[in-house]
Amino acid sequence: MIELQDIHKSFGPKQILRGVDLTIPKGESMVIIGGSGTGKSVTLKCVLGLIRPDRGRILVDGTDVEQQDRDDFLARFGMLFQGAALFDSLHVWENVAFRLMRGKLKRPRAEAREIAIEKLRRVGLTPDVADQYPAELSGGMQKRVGLARAIAAEPEIIFFDEPTTGLDPIMSGVINDLIREIVVEMGATAMTITHDMTSVRAIADKVAMLHGGKIRWSGPVSEMDSCGDPYVTQFVSGSAEGPIEAVR
Amino acid sequence: MGLLSPIAALGRAVLSGLAWIGRLSIFAAQTVRHIFTPPWYPRELGHALLAIGWLSLPVVGMTAIFTGAALALQIYIGSARFSAEAVVPQITAIGMVRELGPVLCGLMVAARVASSVAAEIGTMKVTEQIDALVTLSTHPMKYLTAPRVLAATLSMPLLVAIGDIIGIMGGYLVATQRLDFNASTYITNTVNILDAGDILSGIVKGAVFGFLIALMGCYQGMQSGRGAQGVGRATKTAVVAASVLILASNYLLTEVFFSA
Ligand SMILES: Nc1ncnc2c1ncn2[C@@H]1O[C@H](COP(=O)(O)OP(=O)(O)OP(=O)(O)O)[C@@H](O)[C@H]1O
Ligand SMILES: [Mg+2]
Repeated sequence: MIELQDIHKSFGPKQILRGVDLTIPKGESMVIIGGSGTGKSVTLKCVLGLIRPDRGRILVDGTDVEQQDRDDFLARFGMLFQGAALFDSLHVWENVAFRLMRGKLKRPRAEAREIAIEKLRRVGLTPDVADQYPAELSGGMQKRVGLARAIAAEPEIIFFDEPTTGLDPIMSGVINDLIREIVVEMGATAMTITHDMTSVRAIADKVAMLHGGKIRWSGPVSEMDSCGDPYVTQFVSGSAEGPIEAVR
Repeated sequence: MGLLSPIAALGRAVLSGLAWIGRLSIFAAQTVRHIFTPPWYPRELGHALLAIGWLSLPVVGMTAIFTGAALALQIYIGSARFSAEAVVPQITAIGMVRELGPVLCGLMVAARVASSVAAEIGTMKVTEQIDALVTLSTHPMKYLTAPRVLAATLSMPLLVAIGDIIGIMGGYLVATQRLDFNASTYITNTVNILDAGDILSGIVKGAVFGFLIALMGCYQGMQSGRGAQGVGRATKTAVVAASVLILASNYLLTEVFFSA
C-alpha cells in the first residue's frame, strides 16, 4: 500500500504540488489523470525519492520511505519513464536485463538475456531488436523497451509514466492488456499516468485526477463518468468548454 | 547603497567560488569512497580505460612529437647565442619530462575527455537516465563516476610516460636530421641527465591531472542544467575548469617536487 500525505513541492517560485493526498491499496491499479504540466510525473518521482518533497509524508506499507533502507525499497519498484530513459550506451537487451546482471538479482549473462528476450516479446518486440541500440529504435519501440525493463525483475510496485503515448492503437491495446495482466496475475500494485481515456478504462481500478496541485477527485473507474465533478467531466470528454482553462 | 554594490558583487563572487570548491571537494571525497567500496563495475572500468586511455594515444602522441621538435629547435637557437648548443638534449629532456609532457598531455586529454564525459553524463541527466539508474538500484556515482575517474587516474601516468618518450624522440629527430647532432651522443646525454625524480614527478603529475580531468567531467555532467543548453554549458565549464585546475595544480606540484 502506498500513501501520500499532504505532499508539497515547488520549483523556485513555481508551486507544483500543494497538498497531494492519495492512497493506493496493495494489488490495485491506480491511474492518475490531469492536464499537462500539473505535476503527475513529479508525484511519481516523489514516491521514488528522485525528487524530495518540500513537505508531507510518503508511506509504503505503513513505513515512511525516508526511514526504509534505500536498496531494499528500490528493489521492489519498477518504473517506466515518460521519455523511456534507456541507456544509450547499452544494447536493448542489456537495458532490459540491467537489474538482472547486477546486485542481489545477478544471474549469468546468458540467462539474463533469455529473460530480456522473453520480456521484449511480451511488449510486442521481436528478438532481433535485442541486439540493437536504443537510438536505432522508433519512439514507440523505445517506450516498449522501457516497459520491458520496468517489468523485467517482476517488481511488486510498478509505475508507468504514459505507457501508451506514441503507440499505435493496436499496440496500445497490447500494452493495456499487459499492464492489466501484471496487476491481476502478479498481484502488483500499479500507478499509471496516462492521457489516453481508452487506457484509463482498460487498466484502472481507481482513478485520481490531479488539478491545481491537489487531487481533485478520486474514485473507482466505474464512477468516473457519473461523478458530477465538472473538472473530471470536462477532462474525460476532452471538451474545451469548462472550468479547466485551455491556456496554462 | 550604490557605492557598496561593487563590493557586494565581489563578496557574492567569492562566496559562490568557495561554495563551488566545497561542493567539488565533497564530490571528490565521495568519488574516492566509491572507488574503494563495492560493488565495482569492471565492465564500465574497461570501457572507460579504452575510451580515456587508449583512444587518447594519438592526440597525446601528436602533441608530444611536435612539441619536442619545436622545443629542441628553440633551445638550439637560444643556446647558440652563447655557443652552448651542446645542452640541447639535456634541456629538451628535462623540459619535456618535468613540465611540457605532463601539462600538454593533461590539457589535450582535458579537451578530449572532460568534454566527452561531461556531455555524456549531462545528456544522461537530461534524458532521465540518471534517475533510471537510481530506480534500477544502481548508484550513479558508483556506476558512472568511479570507473571514469579511476580509469583516468590510472591511464594518465602511462600517457604522460609515452608522451615523454615521443616528445624526446621529436627533439632527437630535429637535432639529428636538421641540426647535425650525433645520434648516439644525443641519446647518451638524454639518458644521463634524467634521474628517477624527474620521471616520477611527471608520473605523479599525470595521475593528479587524470583524476582532476575525469572528476570535472563527471561533476559538471551531474550538475548539468536542463535541455541541450544545459549540457553545452556543462561541457564548456568542464573543459575550462579542468584546464585551469591542471595548470594550478601543476604549479603546486612543481613547488613540492623541485623547490627543495
Ligand atoms: N526538475 C525540475 N526543475 C524545475 N521544474 C520542474 C522540474 N521537474 C518538473 N518541473 C516543472 O513541474 C511542472 C510539472 O511537471 P510534470 O513533469 O510533473 O508534469 P506532468 O503532469 O507529468 O505533465 P505531462 O502530462 O505533460 O507529462 C512543470 O511545470 C515542469 O516545468
Ligand atoms: Mg509527465
